[in-house]
Amino acid sequence: MTTEILPLGDSALIVRVGDSLGDILTVAQKLEAAQLPGVVEVVPAFASVAVFLQSPESLESCAASVPAVLRRRGPLARTTHALRSIEVPVCYDPEFALDLEAVAQHCAISPNEVAMRHAGGRYQVRCVGFTPGFPYLSGLPAALATPRRATPRTSVPAGSVAIGGGQTGIYPLRSPGGWNIIGRTPLRLFDLTRQPAALFAPGDRLRFVVISREEFGRWEK
Amino acid sequence: MGKVEILRAGPLASVQDLGRAERREGIPSGGALDLFAARVANLLVGNPEETALLEITLGGLRLRFGDHRAVAWCGGVFPARIAEMEFSAGRPTFVRRGEEVEFDPPTRGCRAWLAIAGGVDVPVVLGSRSTDLRSGFGGCEGRALRDGDCLSLAKTSIAKTESPRPAPWSAPLQWTQTAERVPILRFLRGSEWDEFVPEAQIALLRQPFTVSAQSNRMGARLEGPKLKRTNDWELSSEAVVPGTVQVAHDGQPILLLGDCQTIGGYPKIAHVITVDLAKAAQLRPNDTVRFEEVTLAEAGTLFTERENDLRRFRVGLALRRV
Repeated sequence: MTTEILPLGDSALIVRVGDSLGDILTVAQKLEAAQLPGVVEVVPAFASVAVFLQSPESLESCAASVPAVLRRRGPLARTTHALRSIEVPVCYDPEFALDLEAVAQHCAISPNEVAMRHAGGRYQVRCVGFTPGFPYLSGLPAALATPRRATPRTSVPAGSVAIGGGQTGIYPLRSPGGWNIIGRTPLRLFDLTRQPAALFAPGDRLRFVVISREEFGRWEK
Repeated sequence: MGKVEILRAGPLASVQDLGRAERREGIPSGGALDLFAARVANLLVGNPEETALLEITLGGLRLRFGDHRAVAWCGGVFPARIAEMEFSAGRPTFVRRGEEVEFDPPTRGCRAWLAIAGGVDVPVVLGSRSTDLRSGFGGCEGRALRDGDCLSLAKTSIAKTESPRPAPWSAPLQWTQTAERVPILRFLRGSEWDEFVPEAQIALLRQPFTVSAQSNRMGARLEGPKLKRTNDWELSSEAVVPGTVQVAHDGQPILLLGDCQTIGGYPKIAHVITVDLAKAAQLRPNDTVRFEEVTLAEAGTLFTERENDLRRFRVGLALRRV
């Protein structure tokens, strides 16, 4: 694993790791376990891990310590994480699937086929960001890749399952968004009464399970 | 327990503190856009630095207090009054029960932070009392303040109503009046600096940029010379921070502020240094801004010097209270 350490402004570091999720989670875990002085948070992204610092005063010493921390032999990515597998019910009904037709046209298959292939995929959470609790998922079947909408929507309903380029994700909260909406889940992805509030964490495995409009209604209750 | 009534909320006022550390869940750090100003304002009224206070955007705010409280503010150039008397920045002043505090639109700058002895008592959500306006949680019901809101204030030692009003002393001017006519934001090169054509690098160093009307607590959109890259590779999204200057596909820079998203996929040409986020928080539409490059060592020294000054100021305050 080759890594590159870069400052991100004067109060954070980026450790670029390449795009293996296993490597990213291992690096994040080692950095967290090291409890380097002045580190506030360690946050994984797609091909890097960010280390947020209390202040610019810790930057130099932290950057100097990172290579040794990464060389440490340690346990691999948290086993509990590696095993976590979550089923996500999704309703692909036209009422929710605002862009299913458009995606079907782009992919030159039927809307039903888009839903079946999407639900048939095996996904993994690459990182959580954009909005609170938003999971970026890898594993979208290549045939379903669809460019983002030319004009983003100003308001995407909470729970919307969407495709943006070669990725798929779920909007946890009502927010603006440019991805193509192909369904909706009744699960609450971000819930302040829960600890942690975000349902997903990087490394989680995920499967979509098709539900009907009626089942969606029952879930909501 | 005391309270403060929001008689008029103005364009945007919200409850903020020093923000959150929950980026792992995709939650912005948030908090006062000028964290240093919030810390100073709190110290002036005898609060711990992380106490919740009010962030005022473009003035238009009128408050009525339910009991005696010390108040102080830092930020842009705002005409402000307590019971019709001038209320200047950085000068702790007692406000009596029933009196009104008023902030007019600023003559320069954009935001002010008003600390109230005891602090604004709203529930702690995910480790902070700050309002996340985009996602709708924290602060006062997860939203901006409205006319008629009534905020509880936490207990504080009784204000000495016999104290002179305003206090005959104040915090250093460079901490309390942070808006400049043409602010120069000092920056460090971003990780994609080398991917920009030399004309773009020179433009950032020499040309003025104008703040667009499409600016908010997430970021200030800037308009100026188009910043072109040497390639158009899609980047893999990675962490961004308040101060990051990213360049959108249209070649225009966006200076990210406290409520910015946790990760972004645009190239990062620069990062405004921590001490200059105070100036960044004062940018308002149509303002002109310039950039100046510094080294990481200089950014660190500037930060350390300011912290040392604050430490001395804190000692001075403690002696005054004995």
